[in-house]
Amino acid sequence: MSLLAEVRLVAAKDLRIEARSRVLLAQVLPFGAIVVLLFAFALDPDRGVLARVAPGLFWIAVLLAALLAIGRAFALEQAHGARDGLRLAGLDPASVFLGKAAAIVVQLLVLEVVLGLGVVVLYGVDLRGGAVLAVAAVAATLGLASTGTLYGVLAAGLRARETLLPLLLLPVLAPVMLGATRAFEDALDGATADAWPWVALLVVFALLYTGVGMLAFGPLWEDA
Amino acid sequence: MNTTAAAADARTRLLPKGLGRTVDALTLVAIGALVVFGLVIAPPDAVQGDAQRIMYLHVPAAWAMYLAFFVTTLASVLWLVPRTRSMVWDRVAGSSAEIGLILTGLTLVLGSLWGRPIWGVWWAWDARLVTTAVLFFLYLGLLALRAIPADPNVRARRSAITALIVFIDVPIVHFSVNWWRTLHQEATVFNPELNPQIEGTMALTLWIGVLAFTLLYLALLDRRYRLATLEEGLAERELDAAIEARVTAGAGGAA
Repeated sequence: MSLLAEVRLVAAKDLRIEARSRVLLAQVLPFGAIVVLLFAFALDPDRGVLARVAPGLFWIAVLLAALLAIGRAFALEQAHGARDGLRLAGLDPASVFLGKAAAIVVQLLVLEVVLGLGVVVLYGVDLRGGAVLAVAAVAATLGLASTGTLYGVLAAGLRARETLLPLLLLPVLAPVMLGATRAFEDALDGATADAWPWVALLVVFALLYTGVGMLAFGPLWEDA
Repeated sequence: MNTTAAAADARTRLLPKGLGRTVDALTLVAIGALVVFGLVIAPPDAVQGDAQRIMYLHVPAAWAMYLAFFVTTLASVLWLVPRTRSMVWDRVAGSSAEIGLILTGLTLVLGSLWGRPIWGVWWAWDARLVTTAVLFFLYLGLLALRAIPADPNVRARRSAITALIVFIDVPIVHFSVNWWRTLHQEATVFNPELNPQIEGTMALTLWIGVLAFTLLYLALLDRRYRLATLEEGLAERELDAAIEARVTAGAGGAA
């Protein structure tokens, strides 16, 4: 089987499980929405702060929801010896990595669209620079998913995984948070020329950690 | 595993005993010299006054921090390369990361103590400060991971890979934070902390500081390494004792 076929197989498996269990749709997505709502309580909607800081709030909400999605992606390998089954399936570890990351990307993109609409409506944001927003979101999501899959498998077998995953992942994602927020801010301000360098940073980050993930996933997956 | 690797694994001291003692003694001498030079001999700064003396600790601590994290990275690579794989490198990587984290904390605290009288604030969103703070949390995560008990080989592999993931992130964090703070902020009052035209006694004091912290790092690394081997030995002994207790209990029941 080619790498691509294997990747599609793993991604389709994870997405099929999500389609049947609806954990992301029924739990993670509402969690992100309530975070968006809570920011309005914290920052007083009448003072116009929300619209100004909307990009940052949006990405924090996405980041928090992504932690849950990543935890979920490996929790579902826990039941019924699924992990051993997948390990014994004779797939290239790199394609398992890419497949799981791809499934996370798809789920996070759905989440981002819904939360994005919520932010636009609730915070009163004027949508501008759609192309930059879309490219930046995809690049940031690729970075999130690649590092998330890498740390997800690392933490998967550990007893303290729920608390360890955020501690490991959030500092590494600091550049993604910074780049995605700045790119969104610049795009919404109509300064698309300023946004592209940040998008480039996000792309570099995503490529780098996808490469690292393809190499490092194998040994970590064996130990998990 | 071949015999030389097994012998290396059993290595209980990083530095030979005599060399370790020498490093300890030199460290004490260098710290003594730093105290005398930093507090007495070096003149107070023309602009910053006595607060500038904090630099004699702050800058060397930052240097030793980078050294420590570099050694962690190097040791992690050496563990991952099959030809050089040995538990020695795992212990060195873990010990060095721990010392590096303390040095990072020290750098941040000392910088903050200096910033209060000079900048008027404990903290500023300066690029270097933010990068150092992220660095602190990156390595805090690595140590949290190391603290989780597991089969020694699994733990070593996991830690070595994480150390590399973290290390790759450092330049990206540095670059992005720099970019962020320079794009959105005019040339700040927080210009170079260290006057580049520093000379004479002040430069000498700073170099003594760098030497003292480098030696201190080595001395601490040697001790932490020894502690790591002792911890491993303790775990083994406890296991042996537990097995023996079981065997004795079993024999007693049969009789």
